[in-house]
Amino acid sequence: MEIKANLYYSDDHEWVRVEGDLAYIGITDYAQHHLGDIVFVELPERGSEYAAGDTIGVIESVKAVADMHTPVSGTITTVNEALEEAPESLNKDPYGQHIAVLKMSNPDELKKLMTSEQYAAYCEQAEE
Amino acid sequence: MELRRTPLYPMHLKYDGNMIDFGGWELPVEYKVTGIIEEHHQVRRQAGLFDVSHMGEVDIRGEQAEAFVQELVTNDISTLKENQVCYSPMCYPDGGCVDDLLVYKHSRDHFFLVINAANTDKDFAWMQEHKIPGVSLENVSDRYAELALQGPLAEGILQPLCDVDLSTIRYYWFRAGAKVAGIDCIISRTGYTGEDGFELYTAPDKACELWEAILEAGKGTVLPIGLGARDTLRFEAKMPLYGHELDRDITPLEARLDRFVRLDKSSFIGKEALARQKEKGPGRLLVEFEMTGRGIPRAHYEVQKNGQNIGWVTSGGYAPTLGKNLGLALIKSEYARPGVEIDIIIRNKTVKARTGKGLFYRRSK
Repeated sequence: MEIKANLYYSDDHEWVRVEGDLAYIGITDYAQHHLGDIVFVELPERGSEYAAGDTIGVIESVKAVADMHTPVSGTITTVNEALEEAPESLNKDPYGQHIAVLKMSNPDELKKLMTSEQYAAYCEQAEE
Repeated sequence: MELRRTPLYPMHLKYDGNMIDFGGWELPVEYKVTGIIEEHHQVRRQAGLFDVSHMGEVDIRGEQAEAFVQELVTNDISTLKENQVCYSPMCYPDGGCVDDLLVYKHSRDHFFLVINAANTDKDFAWMQEHKIPGVSLENVSDRYAELALQGPLAEGILQPLCDVDLSTIRYYWFRAGAKVAGIDCIISRTGYTGEDGFELYTAPDKACELWEAILEAGKGTVLPIGLGARDTLRFEAKMPLYGHELDRDITPLEARLDRFVRLDKSSFIGKEALARQKEKGPGRLLVEFEMTGRGIPRAHYEVQKNGQNIGWVTSGGYAPTLGKNLGLALIKSEYARPGVEIDIIIRNKTVKARTGKGLFYRRSK
């Protein structure tokens, strides 16, 4: 299972990649693995505001329906619309496919997220 | 509660199954190297091997065995030949379903019933309660492991291992006392995938050996398949699942299984209620539908028409072979015809769908 360096990670198995005040958000390899074959993605609307922890979308696999949360607060600037047609790309390339991009309203929240090392330990624990 | 394990548990570990709690049984939902969708395609295109040992089995013996089974089930088993199988609902007096099952006729005085895992205790108690003189009943679930080999290549894979000519076993027929890889089996040409294939009943201590022999014989064309794909395959082929299309409070007529309800039989449990329902016409009926809006219908989602509740989704999901989001719903009969626009309530939003006919998978024969 792959965990990428230089990303922030949430308890809910989401990753955040920061570019300036923008946060790219996606799901981790662990998450896609546990969901199984992903067949549907419901994306947030551009311009919507969310607080950290809010549900911004839904990811459905053959067997499960999972909420997608944002680990940071902010306003959605863009969404990865290609996922609507090809939801399975989240299985193939979870770190290459973001779900949405937020303009962060409180970048200090990043400090509460895990580093890749911390997240690796977190996943290991979850597997036990 | 501790989960029960089937005799094939060591195989699920060996082949790296993703183990889940399946109604109290520890079984693979999928195998980690493949996953549900790949396993689904594997069965439609080549062949797949399933562990279905959790299914329950009941032996019914005695001179009144036939009369007893005939009273228990809604289908007519009097015309069943030796070595023939039939599918039937088993009903309560009010027409609701105790279970749906397969009836195997060894002989007039020996029948073998295969029932749903989660219903085994309930079904056996029900049968005992209705036992008549001249019949003995035995819950033999622990004496059988069950493997299912399903898919267009199933016969070709299995034949070299068998001491019987499989082409002589037609769909819904079986052979007892046959040898597969030298192991004593009941070979049944049945399944729950919409494909050709076989279900093999064997002794628990031989199950792993049989599993390995089949995988070896079909190397390159057969893979182990988990219960996730078993469900997508059965659903895509529109095969009913107890607890979804059939239930305590759903009659086989509502589920449109009329051809398995033989009201011309002299008597069976539930006959009067079902005859009344047939005459009046059920107030709700099962329909096929396809999503026209974006969304995946799931079991228990509400179905609406003009903002009014008209029923619920019994099974739904992405059908991998057809590449469509399909569902089955039990709705008010006035809407239960093809071509009706309905709304599926998905996370408090209405998403459009249309009822249809022939939307589901049928293999070309």
